[in-house]
Amino acid sequence: MVDVPKPEELIKVDNKPPAKGWMDVPPDISAGKYPYPAQPKSLKYLDLPNPRDWSPLDDDWQLPENWKEIVHEGLKERLDKYRSLKVFMDTCVRCGACADKCHFYIGSGDPKNMPVLRAELLRSIYRNDFTAAGKIMSLFPGGKRLAGARTLTKDIIKEWFSYFYQCSECRRCSVFCPYGIDTAEITMMGRELLNLLGINIHWIKDPVSNCFRTGNHLGIQPQNFKEIVEFFCEDIEEITGVTINPSFNRKGAEILFITPSGDAFADPGTYTFMGYLLLFEHIGLDYTFSTYASEGGNFGLFTSAEMMKRLNSKMYAEASRLGVKWILGGECGHMWRVINQYMDTMNGPADFLEMPVSPITGTKFENAASTKMVHIAEFTADLIRHNKLKLDPSRNDHLVVTYHDSCNPARAMGLFEEPRYVINNVCNNFYEMPESTIKENTFCCGSGSGLNTEEIMETRLQGGLPRANAVKHVHDKNGVNMLSCVCAIDRAVFPPLMDYWVPGVDVTGVHELVGNALVMEGEIERTTNLRFEPLGDTEGDSDE
Amino acid sequence: MAETVEFEGKSFNVDEDGFILDFNEFCPEWIQLVKKEEGIEELNEEHTKVIDVLQDYYKKNGIAPMVRVLSKLTGFKLKHIYELFPSGPGKGACKMAGLPKPTGCV
Repeated sequence: MVDVPKPEELIKVDNKPPAKGWMDVPPDISAGKYPYPAQPKSLKYLDLPNPRDWSPLDDDWQLPENWKEIVHEGLKERLDKYRSLKVFMDTCVRCGACADKCHFYIGSGDPKNMPVLRAELLRSIYRNDFTAAGKIMSLFPGGKRLAGARTLTKDIIKEWFSYFYQCSECRRCSVFCPYGIDTAEITMMGRELLNLLGINIHWIKDPVSNCFRTGNHLGIQPQNFKEIVEFFCEDIEEITGVTINPSFNRKGAEILFITPSGDAFADPGTYTFMGYLLLFEHIGLDYTFSTYASEGGNFGLFTSAEMMKRLNSKMYAEASRLGVKWILGGECGHMWRVINQYMDTMNGPADFLEMPVSPITGTKFENAASTKMVHIAEFTADLIRHNKLKLDPSRNDHLVVTYHDSCNPARAMGLFEEPRYVINNVCNNFYEMPESTIKENTFCCGSGSGLNTEEIMETRLQGGLPRANAVKHVHDKNGVNMLSCVCAIDRAVFPPLMDYWVPGVDVTGVHELVGNALVMEGEIERTTNLRFEPLGDTEGDSDE
Repeated sequence: MAETVEFEGKSFNVDEDGFILDFNEFCPEWIQLVKKEEGIEELNEEHTKVIDVLQDYYKKNGIAPMVRVLSKLTGFKLKHIYELFPSGPGKGACKMAGLPKPTGCV
């Protein structure tokens, strides 16, 4: 593991472009600058091509013999299959509106992290291989370069690996593109092509293969999943005196609840999980967990459309098997991109389920008419709106909260107001970060799309700088000490990001705040919050 | 990329961060090797308790326990686990116990 520079060093971003043109500047693939490659056992498990032991530091990446043909055919197939890709390849006029919108560019100053240039890495091959202009121009000396085209080489494959894994597919750039080019989909295509050659990363392939084996990214087996949830219930009983007995794989339950497995494993997501349990108990919801569809996340999205489809299908297969009416989804980020933008044409429409209706308020969630999957922030906001929750927001008075719009719920489903409505009803101190850094302009945590692995910590801290900078603004100005969010990757990556750039700011899921504010029937007087910290004491011992 | 590490007559296949790739390769010599890396002079009963708890849990469940469960099962607060294993429960204790690193939204 490579040591990370001090913040005062990392903040010195060098925006001077290199002396040579971008085609002549090789990527920095040195220790600490690349995510570890996938282990052969994961690729074998998933029937993915070219499983082998390799390192990006090797000269020879052991590509298949016909690697060039594989990439050419792979790109051709995708251009035929996805009209969007063809449009994105053709329409860019290189206006540069996206250039300074990328958190990785802002944090690194590397021109190849400008979304326009990241796309050019692939577009230059497209021009060369698939456009008349590229083909004609290449007949003349220097013409190829003039047309922005280049011939695919092994070094370009290495460049793709470097830069398609420095994009977190957050889509902030696409908000500013006058043509609406979705650069995340270009990165996704780049990664798909690399996957055809067996170039993939451990932090994505290990969760994907775990998900196939056990139903979730972490590899939690059924009996263990049940034990973990029961462990949360024991802690809840100790804190609130309320006994909760959730069900698992229960046929005939009205609702199937699915959340990222990260919340069943890593702090502070575990406290959000406890928040869900308290909420459902509070309203007497008829729901069940599945130990098979025990993952909201879908690292298949960071692999290929096919892999995303395969992982997504188990949620719906399980909903059908259990005979539930609809699915309630937890605080996951990229799950909602999969559900809202791809599920419907991939594994849907889910006609075997019913139009989601809140059993408590009768509200029809017509926005989820096709996917049959409702976001918990919408569900809870609706409960509060109908005065169905007994809340004591003063229990969160020691917190000064801001809200990070997690990229995918914000930009892939337009979830802006519901989480804020919930937070403002369970907390008394809430401050917004600057307008240009929230809602659809939200800045990524810097580690999304499977980049939340430790060996590239410097890149992650650079990418997280714009978000951290906005948090620092409200920390300094309003005394914000708690960053809330609705994504398990956020909850995993913000603690080290805050410790590095904005010490003194902690991280929480929205439903942890809800769980702390909920006044449960028959509860004992609460002396601690869900983290076992004394109520009203921010300096409490959080080491449990 | 897998590497092979030799120590006191044993060889171990490890990942980039030096975690054993296959739990079956675990043996007492492995503890001695990681102990040196961690800068722990002598293992005491508390170190052994943490390692035993981790291994029992892993054998039963195929993954490491979450930190809160580890605390409960050992009776040690997280702060104390860091005192025992300076690199923490994951990079210190799990590594010494021969467990792989968890991946995903963690």
